[in-house]
Amino acid sequence: MSVNSGLAALSDHLLGVTMAVYALAMLGYAAEFAFSRFGGTIAAPAAMSSVGAAQLTAPGRVPAMAGAVTAGGAVTAGGAVHPAVADPAATDPAAEALAAAAARDADRVAERTAAAAAMAGGRDGAGAGAGGEPPVTARVRWLGRIAVALTLLGWLAHVGSVTARGLAADRVPWGNMYEFSSMITLVAVSTYLAMLARTRARVRWLGVFVMFPVVLYLGFAGTVLYVAVGPLVPALNSYWLKIHVVAAIVASGVFMVSAVTTVLYLLKDRWENKLAAVAAGRADAFAAMRKRGGIMLRLPSAAVLDRITYRVIGLAFPIWTFAVIAGAIWAEAAWGRYWGWDPKETWSFITWVIYAAYLHARATAGWKGSRAASISLLGFSALFIDYYLVNLVISGLHSYAGVE
Amino acid sequence: MTTSGAAAPTTVPDEVRDEARARADGVRERALATGSGSSAGSPSGQPGGPGGNAGGDIGRSGPAGRVTAPIRRVWHQLTSMRTALLLLFLLALAAVPGSLLPQRSLNPLKVEQYFRDHPSLAPALDRLSAFNVFGASWFAAIYLLLFISLIGCLSARVRWHARALVGRPPRAPARPSRLTGGQSWDSALTPPEAVDAARVILRRRRFRVALAADGATRPDGSPDFSVAAEKGYLRETGNLIFHIALVFMLVGVGLGSWFGYQGTVLVITGDGFANTLVSYDQFSRGRLVDPVGDLAPFSLTMEEFTASYQPTGQPADFRAKVAYATEFDGPTRTAEIRVNHPLAVGSAKVYLIGHGYAPHFVLRNSAGGVVWEGYQPCTPRDAMFASTCTLKIGDTGLAPTGPTREPQQLAFSGVFTPTTELDRARGYVSTYPAANAPGLTLTGYVGNLHINEGIPQNVYSLDTRDMRQLRVNGPLGDDRAAQVLALNNPNQRTVTGLPGGMSLEVDGLREFATFQTKSDPFKGWVLVAAIAIICGLLVSMRVRRRRIWVRARPVADADTDADTDTDTDAGATADTDAVTVSMVEIGGLSRSDIDGFAAELRAIAMDVRAATASAPRPLDSTEQEL
Repeated sequence: MSVNSGLAALSDHLLGVTMAVYALAMLGYAAEFAFSRFGGTIAAPAAMSSVGAAQLTAPGRVPAMAGAVTAGGAVTAGGAVHPAVADPAATDPAAEALAAAAARDADRVAERTAAAAAMAGGRDGAGAGAGGEPPVTARVRWLGRIAVALTLLGWLAHVGSVTARGLAADRVPWGNMYEFSSMITLVAVSTYLAMLARTRARVRWLGVFVMFPVVLYLGFAGTVLYVAVGPLVPALNSYWLKIHVVAAIVASGVFMVSAVTTVLYLLKDRWENKLAAVAAGRADAFAAMRKRGGIMLRLPSAAVLDRITYRVIGLAFPIWTFAVIAGAIWAEAAWGRYWGWDPKETWSFITWVIYAAYLHARATAGWKGSRAASISLLGFSALFIDYYLVNLVISGLHSYAGVE
Repeated sequence: MTTSGAAAPTTVPDEVRDEARARADGVRERALATGSGSSAGSPSGQPGGPGGNAGGDIGRSGPAGRVTAPIRRVWHQLTSMRTALLLLFLLALAAVPGSLLPQRSLNPLKVEQYFRDHPSLAPALDRLSAFNVFGASWFAAIYLLLFISLIGCLSARVRWHARALVGRPPRAPARPSRLTGGQSWDSALTPPEAVDAARVILRRRRFRVALAADGATRPDGSPDFSVAAEKGYLRETGNLIFHIALVFMLVGVGLGSWFGYQGTVLVITGDGFANTLVSYDQFSRGRLVDPVGDLAPFSLTMEEFTASYQPTGQPADFRAKVAYATEFDGPTRTAEIRVNHPLAVGSAKVYLIGHGYAPHFVLRNSAGGVVWEGYQPCTPRDAMFASTCTLKIGDTGLAPTGPTREPQQLAFSGVFTPTTELDRARGYVSTYPAANAPGLTLTGYVGNLHINEGIPQNVYSLDTRDMRQLRVNGPLGDDRAAQVLALNNPNQRTVTGLPGGMSLEVDGLREFATFQTKSDPFKGWVLVAAIAIICGLLVSMRVRRRRIWVRARPVADADTDADTDTDTDAGATADTDAVTVSMVEIGGLSRSDIDGFAAELRAIAMDVRAATASAPRPLDSTEQEL
């Protein structure tokens, strides 16, 4: 038992710094978000298309504006399908009905795309090179850049905190729940930073939505789950701790990001549907929509969010599969059976099955879109139960939280 | 791009018709996971190709179909993706009670506790196998149905994939440039030359390519100059490997439970056991295990047990030094068994799963002669190893008493505390798991233990129905119901005043370890399946399947061809340049990773255009931003 108390204290301080800096970064992202609303002063109004979304602020004009675009959009999108209806070859009544249904679907899609395009039109026009960079002032954009710098700074402090903790205890820094939570948030922030780097900062809008749960999580870890630095219990003293737990942590961190994008997808999807209803004249634009329009406009289209979610889950799912299998191999060495339906095993199985269902649902007609998204959220809930409730509430072989 | 004569049927309506037929037959395109499935082979991505036809050949109703139709319908329903999704959800849901309610397989004591706490609810739950969820028939029904559904789907998918692997990529649609990201341009090459140039470029990019045969014609009778290319077959291969490996894993788990066995035995330092049915305290085996022939022959003696702890009492390390022989009278080897480090003997593995203390009891008669002696293991009940001890001595040498000649048997129950301290509120407790100050709080009974009546008894619990509590003399004073003994102090570890003038001394202490012997001959099988699952998954998630088509047509034909579509500028070729011989079109499809594919398609189009173009024409109007 050799705990370096100096390093342990350093680790705790660095975690405090991390939380503070992350919180500041979150505020920065939020500010960038808030100040880049439509209807305010916009740097490049000239770049807005003629049916600029700024008109959304004038209630009565919305349907007319969006409707016009819908009509335009239907030419391209509808053209692919309408011939089928008129196709003389389709004499089978069932086929005709189906074709008509397909045409209706296509119309709906076209409608939504057009409506979304109406909203996004100004934006894409403005940022042709920036690829969806919203129309914001240079000053506001600086807020976002500062937030990214702060995130990076917080990330460094976070890495420092985790490293110091590991050095203090002279072991890997993921031996109890406090340390898992710290590592999971570190992975989530790393995932976000990696996405920033890969897309050349095009996903900065994601910042506030990632940092918010991360700060909450870290706060929870630092208060409720905190335990002092100490050595491992014998059951954890295996090289599988490095393999199994690292895989589980990485998968969880990445799943966390996917949960964030899923929530955003659901919000945006709802908003786009409402917008389509407004565009089609079935509903009136309402105040909340105009007010929140700013945030919704900042988000990429629902289709893009859905794709991001799928890719993030596609990354995390094999890692999670590996984590479960590595855990089974470890269990075989430690307890003499590779699978015993211990609560932790059961919930990792449930999580795995639900995310597998998500991947299947995304390829199934009638389950795509918001239903698949709900499954993704269900999967994350199962993961949360697996990590926290199983350790804190349900007792089993994995009860090593060290929390009384 | 509105309705038009001959060109249209080969593109769009085909897929609509395919879909319609598939739906009418009750067959649903089912992609095995990962949003890809046969990627481009879905209705929306199947521009009239013969390969990978999802619905056409299944469920075609023939004359004999009247009998088999309902069966087929049920089968198709079962193997549809919707059913699979539903079963996946059911499986997840069914596993939940298994984690919330105590399970017999994990902790039978907790199940008993639950029965005591909820006397009315528990039997009802028990009828639903709620305490053995993972062995319940309804749980098995769900996963077996899921796997049948999977196998049904797999068999079709394997056939399609095999056909795709030996076959050619599906033929090019009439107007590839109308697909998302498609382009078209004029070329100075003749259509066959242009198509061949495209073929070379696609081949260099490791696409599987198929050139339209010489003399092939399109449905409208015009000559077909096109090349179809496809790449990323590994995606479906990986996908199939993943799912097949899942089936193999389930089979391996099942076989393992039929051919495996496990036994648990408690061994006091210095003692041992042999790998035979009778030496285990608990033994369970699969249906197909022969309890005599299939158990790996070995015997094992524990020579030493060491446990070390942190100052907080948190355990640091346990290790048991054992000597074992793998055959009768064979050479003895030594080994160390630790947590996470089992001992492999033959096909079996021996695990260290628990430990505790066993005090040494000596019962003497009034003359000082030893009546009974032995180590009695005590069951640990807290983290500091305060343990419950129960000692039953049937043969005390005391004469039976009373008119019914009740035997006078002795029993003691107590609490062993390895590091004993007196707590004001809780009495004698243990404050550290190591035996620094071993103490034993003891109560004695005399009477009929009912141990010779042929009814099996738990050695760790005491039935005091026909017993009388003793008042004995000891360190705490005379004539008391309970005594506290200090095992390290020879003057404070004897209880006297027992019936017949007997005395009980607790003069020693050993540690015991609990070993579990486990054999699962199909463990390796399951591991291989698990590795295949991961490899298949990685491949199917990383590889993208995509198709690219290049079509060329003579420009002179363009005016007379059916391509006088409203939006096709080809007909209105203002540049009546003599070098323009043909028009080249390129287009492609990929259902997954649309962004990445768009970039790849752009790069390929640029290459093909560089190799074929003469005068670049403006991008086709159908080119869309994603």
